[in-house]
Amino acid sequence: MTDIAHHIPEALLASYVSGTLAQPFALVVAAHVSICEECRANLAAHEAVGGVLLDAFDPISITSDLRNRVMAGLDDDIPPEPERPRGDDTFPTPVLEALGSKAPKWRSLGPGAKQCILNAGKEGSVRLLHIAPGFAVPDHTHGGLELTLVLQGAFKDETGRFARGDLEVADDTLEHTPVAEEGMPCICLAATDAPLKFSAFVPRLLQPLFRI
Amino acid sequence: MYVECDPPLDGVRMLGMILDEHKILDGAHIAPVLRKARSARRVSCERTPVTSGMSTTFTEQTEWMLKVRDARDRAAFAKLFDHFAPRLRGMLMKNGFGAAQADDVIQDVMLSVWRKAHSFNPERANVSGWIFQIARNRQIDVIRKDRRPMPEELAMPESTDIDGEQVLGIEQEAASLHAAIARLNPEQRDLVQKAYLGELTHSEIQAETGLPLGTIKSRIRLGLERLRHELKGER
Repeated sequence: MTDIAHHIPEALLASYVSGTLAQPFALVVAAHVSICEECRANLAAHEAVGGVLLDAFDPISITSDLRNRVMAGLDDDIPPEPERPRGDDTFPTPVLEALGSKAPKWRSLGPGAKQCILNAGKEGSVRLLHIAPGFAVPDHTHGGLELTLVLQGAFKDETGRFARGDLEVADDTLEHTPVAEEGMPCICLAATDAPLKFSAFVPRLLQPLFRI
Repeated sequence: MYVECDPPLDGVRMLGMILDEHKILDGAHIAPVLRKARSARRVSCERTPVTSGMSTTFTEQTEWMLKVRDARDRAAFAKLFDHFAPRLRGMLMKNGFGAAQADDVIQDVMLSVWRKAHSFNPERANVSGWIFQIARNRQIDVIRKDRRPMPEELAMPESTDIDGEQVLGIEQEAASLHAAIARLNPEQRDLVQKAYLGELTHSEIQAETGLPLGTIKSRIRLGLERLRHELKGER
C-alpha cells in the first residue's frame, strides 16, 4: 500500500471534490483513494479548500420554519445505512459496489484479454480489464482521457511500470502498449471518455461490437 | 517562458504563483487568532493526548462538532446550524438553487451532520471541509441521477482521545488557506470558487492550480498515520 508510485493529479482531485468529474473517472478516483493514503490526504486537503470557501460565503438568513424542522428531525428514527462492502485484496469498496458485490462477468477481448464493463454512457465508460501474464493490451491511442488503475498484478509500457494502486493517466498524445508482467494476471480498472481506437488487432469496424 | 493560453487558465496559473509565494512565507502567516489560541493553550512540542473535554481552545466549530459527536449535544448542534445553514444557503444560491430546493438540501445536509457525526475526525479534517463534502455529495445527488462513487471509509479509532496538537495543526492550516484565499484579487478568488463549486470542467481546472495544499496535506497525512498505528495496536 505504501509502494504506490503513480498518483492522482491535482486537477482530477479538485474536479472530483467539486463534483464535475465524469462518473467513470470518479469511480477510478474513489477506487484509488480507497487504497492510497497519500491521495486520501490530498483529497481531504481539497475538501478543506471547499470548507474555506463555504465559511467565507455571506450568510443568507434561514427561516425559523426550516430551523424548527431540522431541530425536530434530530429525534427521527432513521434506518441504519446499509453497510458498504469491505474492499478485498483486489477490488476496493467502490468497485465492489459497481459490481453489485458479484464476481465480474468476463467477456473475451481476444487472446489473453478479457473485460467486464461496469458502466457505459454519455460520459464515457469504465471497465475491468483482465490481461493474462505476458499478454499485451492491443496497441491503441486515445481519443480523450483514459485512466487505468492497477488492482492486481502489474503492467509495463513505454512510460513505466504500474503495479497495484498505480494510476496511469493517458491522453491522445500517448500511444502505448501495456504488457502484463509474468506472474499473476493483471486486473485493471480503466475509464475513458472516448471510445478507444485500436491501431491494430481489432479492426475498427468491430469496435462497436466489443464496446471498447 | 510565456505560454499563451485561455484567460481562465492564465488566472489559475497566476494563482499558483501567488500561492507558491505564500507557501514560502508559510510560517510567518499563521492567522493571529490561532497564534493566540496556540499560546493560550501552551501545548508542548511533544504530542500530548487530551480528551475532548479539556480542549477549550479549538475553534468554536470544532468544539461544537465534538460535543455533537461525543455527547449528542443539541445546543451545540443548534450553534453549528446557526453558523453553517446561512452559509450553505449562500453557497447553494450561488450554485443556482431556488429557495425551496436550497432549503431541502440544507435540511438534508444538517441532519446528515447530526447523524454522521460519529465519523467526524478532527485529526483528519476541519469542520467546514467535512460539511462542505457532505453538502457537495447532496448537491450532486440532486443534480444528477447517479450517486458519486465514494472511497471506502476508514475505521474510526475506538478511543475518543484527541491529539490536541494535531487538531490545532489542522485548524491552523485551514486558517492559513483562508488567509491565502482572502489575499487573492476578486477575479482570482472567483476562479477558485468556480473550480470548487463545480462551475469548471476537469479540463478547465487542468492547469496546475498550485493551491498551497502542501502543508495541510502533510498535516492530514499525519492524522492518517496516527490512525493506522492505533488500529494496528488494537488488533
